[in-house]
Amino acid sequence: MQRLCTLNVNGETRTLAIEETDTLVDVLRDRLGLTGTKVGCDEGDCGACTVLIDGRPVLSCLTLALSVEGRAIETIEGVARDGRLHPLQEAFDAHGAAQCGFCTPGMILSAKALLEENQDPTADEIRHALSGNLCRCTGYGRIVEAVQIAAKRPAR
Amino acid sequence: MLPLPSCAVSFPETIEQALELLSRPGARVVAGGTDLLPNLKRGLGRPSALVSLARLSGLDAVARDEHELRVGARVTLAELARSSLLPASVRYAASLIASPQIRNVATIGGNLLLDTRCVYVNQSPLWREGLGHCLKADGTECHVVPTGKRCVAAASADLPPILVALGASVRVASKDGVRTIPVERLFSNDGAAPIALGPAELLVEVVIPRAPGTSSAYRKLRVRKAIDFPLLGVAVAVDAEGGLVRALRVVASCIGATPRKVSGLDSIAVGKPLDDATIEAVAERCHGALHPQTNIAADVGWRRAMIPLLVTEALHDVRDAVRTRGGDDGTA
Ligand SMILES: Cc1cc2nc3c(=O)[nH]c(=O)nc-3n(C[C@H](O)[C@H](O)[C@H](O)COP(=O)(O)OP(=O)(O)OC[C@H]3O[C@@H](n4cnc5c(N)ncnc54)[C@H](O)[C@@H]3O)c2cc1C
Ligand code: SF4
Ligand code: FES
Ligand code: FES
Repeated sequence: MQRLCTLNVNGETRTLAIEETDTLVDVLRDRLGLTGTKVGCDEGDCGACTVLIDGRPVLSCLTLALSVEGRAIETIEGVARDGRLHPLQEAFDAHGAAQCGFCTPGMILSAKALLEENQDPTADEIRHALSGNLCRCTGYGRIVEAVQIAAKRPAR
Repeated sequence: MLPLPSCAVSFPETIEQALELLSRPGARVVAGGTDLLPNLKRGLGRPSALVSLARLSGLDAVARDEHELRVGARVTLAELARSSLLPASVRYAASLIASPQIRNVATIGGNLLLDTRCVYVNQSPLWREGLGHCLKADGTECHVVPTGKRCVAAASADLPPILVALGASVRVASKDGVRTIPVERLFSNDGAAPIALGPAELLVEVVIPRAPGTSSAYRKLRVRKAIDFPLLGVAVAVDAEGGLVRALRVVASCIGATPRKVSGLDSIAVGKPLDDATIEAVAERCHGALHPQTNIAADVGWRRAMIPLLVTEALHDVRDAVRTRGGDDGTA
């Protein structure tokens, strides 16, 4: 059955009719056109669909869209502000931490949540925070370094 | 895209509303959804309705008094891993589950009630059809034990072994009231219907007795240090006094459809110090008693050979506490 659903995505309120069992990632990508959030496995294994709900990383492929009504949803599209990239985005770009880029939105959101809690994480803490995000290209080394580079920049 | 089968989803705000909704035939609880939703996406289970706990008020706290710790069914694994009220072994076991994103939403209730797993069933519908269906999903035989009449899919959750070892119980609500049962009695021995709760029952709370003389530890075998389900999970709890063992429990997962408590350990360990000889004898007994099946995607001989190693490591973790203080339940 269809139901009206009001979501707060990147600070904007969006109301739309969805199927009750629609997952958040399908609503974001197919209904709201926010295709920055990726679908790798669609069953919880890869982390490509990571978004932030009230600041915490969550898998949007295993989240019922209706269950996050009224919560703050942040996707990769909301990370840059006023046309300026977030330090994590700049560091991933400058440091070669994105190759095919499929894992990058999820990586950046998991890393962003980490940096909100811990401004000076060790490499181990970064690996731990990113342990639910798989990358098939980079070998992870440059991703961990990019997060450390971003951490040393002034937080925004 | 793996769509969920379409059905009604409701968001009760009170336990009474939830129980009312669950009393309808075919309704299923969804807590964090990190086990149920992947299974539904793969065509395992066809609920008539989902009852989400996302907007329920309560069942989200950890509380402690003199005798026990009470953990609400909706407490997430991330919260468990952080809670200084809980024994270190429980925090550690929670911290090893799945990934950070999953731990942020997955609940203790959902972990205890995790469906059993098997390489022949946790697959796409096409894959399952190719091989032929099995007892757990639409078929009449088991690919693991072809002569068997019962599904032996593996109890694969990380928290049940440690909670059984600690003597924890759960409180379960239904329209008839609330009943308390030991965690070990939550499980039937049938992998196709592994949870011994009625369809209209709601797990509301996990109760862990505080036992100052008890030390506990957990060990998990897996290939990657994140995301992977256990290939073997081993929990130990040792009650001690004056450096001597009063009781010793070993509980293992990924053996069969229920977490397995190893019997016959009292005669080996009780009244003795937890020294190398005792630890070796306990590990040997566990090796003899636990027989993993071939339904987990890792060599069964290796998994079996790892049993005494994991038991030994877990007992080494508690040895100092047993020797010096008689015990320590790890709570602050
Ligand atoms: C990639 C991946 C890796 C994983 N790795 C692990 C791992 O390493 N170890 C591990 O143990 N698990 C693992 N899991 C499984 C799962 O994430 C966890 O076990 C989690 O704790 C399940 O909790 P949940 O709240 O998400 O459960 P749900 O999926 O919401 O529910 C699970 C079951 O319990 C029932 N249920 C839930 N709450 C209640 C309640 N209060 N009353 C009555 N019934 C209820 C549901 O109806 C369902 O049958 C993994 C999952 C994924 C996708
Ligand atoms: S143990 Fe047998 S019946 Fe059970 S899921 Fe595996 S193959 Fe199917
Ligand atoms: S798409 Fe959600 S975890 Fe892979
Ligand atoms: S850059 Fe290709 S998956 Fe990570």
